[in-house]
Order: sequence, then C-alpha cells, then structure tokens
Amino acid sequence: MSASAFVVIAIVTVAGALAAACLRKLIHAALCLVVAFLGIAAFYFLLGAEFVGLVQVFVYVGAVAVLIVFTILLTRREDEDDVGFNWGGVIVALAVFGVLSWAILKTTSLSIAPPAIEALTVKRIGQILMTDYIWPLQCVGVLLTAALIGALVLVMEEKR
Amino acid sequence: MRGEAIDQIFVRTKHWLLSFLTNAPDWAQQVASSLLNIAAVLAVFMTLFALISVLERKILGRIQNRYGPNRVGPFGLLQPLADGIKLLIKEDIVPVRADKVVHFLAPIMMAAPTILALGVIPYGRNMTAFAIDGGILFFFAVGSATELAVFMAGWGSNNKFSMLGAMRAIAQMVSYELPLIITVLPVVMIVGSLSPDAIVEAQGGYASGFAPRWFVFTPWGAAAFILFFVSGLVESNRTPFDVPEGESEIVAGHMTEYSGFKYATFFLAEYFGMFAVSGLAVTLFLGGWHAPLPWLEVIPSYIWFFLKLGALLFVFVWIRGTLPRMRVDHVMGFAWKFMMPMAFTCILAAAVWHYQAHGISGWLWSLGIVLVVYLGLSRLLNTRRNLSTRTYRFAE
Repeated sequence: MSASAFVVIAIVTVAGALAAACLRKLIHAALCLVVAFLGIAAFYFLLGAEFVGLVQVFVYVGAVAVLIVFTILLTRREDEDDVGFNWGGVIVALAVFGVLSWAILKTTSLSIAPPAIEALTVKRIGQILMTDYIWPLQCVGVLLTAALIGALVLVMEEKR
Repeated sequence: MRGEAIDQIFVRTKHWLLSFLTNAPDWAQQVASSLLNIAAVLAVFMTLFALISVLERKILGRIQNRYGPNRVGPFGLLQPLADGIKLLIKEDIVPVRADKVVHFLAPIMMAAPTILALGVIPYGRNMTAFAIDGGILFFFAVGSATELAVFMAGWGSNNKFSMLGAMRAIAQMVSYELPLIITVLPVVMIVGSLSPDAIVEAQGGYASGFAPRWFVFTPWGAAAFILFFVSGLVESNRTPFDVPEGESEIVAGHMTEYSGFKYATFFLAEYFGMFAVSGLAVTLFLGGWHAPLPWLEVIPSYIWFFLKLGALLFVFVWIRGTLPRMRVDHVMGFAWKFMMPMAFTCILAAAVWHYQAHGISGWLWSLGIVLVVYLGLSRLLNTRRNLSTRTYRFAE
C-alpha cells in the first residue's frame, strides 16, 4: 500500500519539478512548482509527519508560491524568446546532484532500522521548540526580522 | 436516554450503514466511511448554499425596502433551482487569448479548498468529518490555496480588469490572513491543542451552574472574535471589503471573463468560504456545538451549531446590506495599522488571563490591556484632527 503510494507520489513530484524547470511560460512553471511542493507534503503525510506536512502546504503553497506568483504578476508578460541552452546551469545542477548523492551514500545511519518512537503531537513539538531548540528558534526570528526591516528600507528609498 | 438518541442519530445511522460492510476488507470500510462523510458534508452545505442565496436576497430586499425574489415557488424559495438551471445551460465563453488550462482550473482550485476546510469543523457531538490532530492548521493550509486560485483566474483570463482584480485580491488576502491566524493563536494557547474537537471540548461546562465557558465571554476572546470575524469577511471578499471585484471600478475583478457554470463555481466557493470561516468562528469562540444554558442541552448539539452558524451568516448579509465599499488603501492600512497590533494584544491578554487562573482578576486585567491598546490605537490612527489638502501620489 505505502510502497505503491510512494511510487505514485514520487512520479507526480518529479514530474512537477521537471515541468517547473522545463516549461516556457513562467506562470506554468510556477504552478507546476506548486504541484511539486504538494508532492513533498504528501511524502511527509506518508511518513506520518502530519504537522510537517501541513506546515509544508501552509508555508510553501500558501506563502512561497503566492510570493513567486505575485512577483510574476508585477513583471511584464514576455513573449517566449529562445535564450539557448544554459550549460552553466547544467554544471551547477550536476554538482549539486553529485554532492547530495555523495552525502546520502556516506550516511551510515540509513542502514539502521528506525527505533519505535511515540507519535509526535503538535504539543510536544511546541515544547521541544521552546526548550531544547530555543536558540535556533530565536536566531531564525532575528534573521527574519532583519530581512523584513531590509525589505522596508528598500521600499522607503523610493519616497526620497 | 432519549435526548442522546436524537443527538447521536446521524452518527448511529452511519455506523448502521457501515455494519453492512463488516465482512469487507479494511480499506473498503475506510473508503466507505470517508465517502459517507463527504456526501453528508456536501449535501448539507449545498442545501444551505441554496437556502442562504435566496435568504440573502430576501434580507437585502427587506433592508432596501423592496420585496426580493418572490416569483418562483412559495416565497421565492425555488429561486436557487431556477438560477442553477439558468447557469447550467448558459454558454461557456472562454476568451481567445486566454490561457485555456489555467482559465479552466481556476474555479476548481477555488472551490476545492473551501470544501476541504469544511471537513475539519465539528458539527455536533462526535460529528467531525475529518478529525485530525492539527485540524486548525489544516484549515488554514488548504485555505491559503484559494489565493493561488484567484491569481490563476486573473492571469488566465488575459484581461486587464481580471489582472487588477487578482492583484487587489492577493494583496488583501495576504494582509488579512495574518490577523486571521494570529487571533486564533490565543485560543490554541489556552486550550493547548490544534484540534477543533479539543477546542470545543474546552468550552464545555458552565461556570457557577449557568454561565457558558465560551471564549467569546472573556475580554480577549471577544476582541479576538471580532477581529477574526472582520478578517473572515475580508478573506471571503464580501462587502465592505469586496474591492477585488468592485463592479463600479474593475467590472468583476478576477471573475470578469467567466460565464455560466464556471461563474457559478466561483459563487459557490465564495459562499462555502463564508460557511467555513463562520463555522471556525463558532468552533473557536462561540462554544461549537455546546448549548448556551444547561437546561437547553436536550436540544441536539448539531442544531445548536447550525443556529450559531445561521446567526453569523445573517451578520454577513446584514453587513452587506448596510455598509458601503471601502477604498483599497484604507482596507490595507486598516489591516497593518489596526488589526495586527490588536491581534497581538489578544495574545498578551489571553496569557495574562491564563496566569491569573482564569479568575475574575485575570478577566479584569485582560479587559484593561485590550481597552488600553484599543483606545491608544484609535487615538494614534485618528486622522480627522488635521485635515489638509489631499495629495495624490500617482494621479497628478
């Protein structure tokens, strides 16, 4: 059951990601990216990580995709002009793929069977975030605030 | 107990129907159970949609001193049927230069999330169609997909009015999504759970024998409820916040190029969104399916839920009949300058209430905090004191 589900979700996710990379129209690419995001959320659900899956939908579909789409809305509708094949992109993609595969193959813990753990409830995630991971959480908060203020400063320039 | 039999009649009917499948494999039972839930939710809300569409026109007629629909059937009650047939047999027009796929998918993408969101709301005792641990999060996760749908409609139509409407809609929905979610946080904080069932459970029982423990009766709860309701009004793009489809400015916004059944789907999504947001407001602040007084508990829980839902829907219609449309920049300014600080104040007030052990002193303290911030904000944001010549930034 879960193996066949994995195959179906994997095909949809990879197809969505490929379409996002290959499609000519920016807007179609952005919408296909949403399909890929949803596929990743489905993986989280399949693994029993309900909370992470919901946050994936919430943040990536609800915020990141809307941001991308809004940016496209503000740009001019371009007619498709052939930019040629980008060899630099191929090299970067291959390098990233190589590093990732190397990291996955080097990981020894993959061969160990996962220990049985209790289901992670939202309440426990909150408690762990507020105790053990309080410093990373605060750092992320500071980073995001800095980004927000930076964006505001960029917009303020216009008024002068 | 007779009261319980009526209260649980739908739950028992479902169990009875499922008992025919006891010999079937496990997955078949699960599928049948889900299908029954989906069918029940769809049937109830389709009926409610038909009913509210005619009632809304009746109430608006009453407010505007005219009759409203009264030709089809008794009191015009069959009007939705006639409207449905009319919309179904209308020609489906797709602009030549439209992005066909995106144009076609937009209404579907608009309606599907609102139906999904309706699944997590508890309609009565043991009556949640889709009970998951993170129900509230699920509600907002699927709800955020409607923004993409609005965008798809605007872009796919290849029309400047559609595009302007979509841009307005996205800007407005993104801004008001924040207060909508932040006002839910105090409730989640107090209950300590993201599950709608646990939130309704926490509002059960009666203080000193008669007063219901609904969150709307605490100062922070009342403030959060009003903020939540206003944000919900914006999210469903209804008057006075219907700038995305302001017909006197941009035809019909993102719905300009839609006709026939696709337009009806947008219409349906708007109403289902309204039901979902009102249902969540009932669950979070108005005690869900709990009765307001102990001796009224003989009336089944689902009747209480739908009475409260009906009351909120009436307020939606009432506001539509009485308030004019807001200006675009005022809508946005209101979100960031007033709604956001007030929403954060609700969290603070709820925390104070919680640490005073939900007692009378905590009640007064949180009332004080909410009032001070409200008065301060309305003082600060009062622009009437120094009226001057209006300067236009772009239209000179």
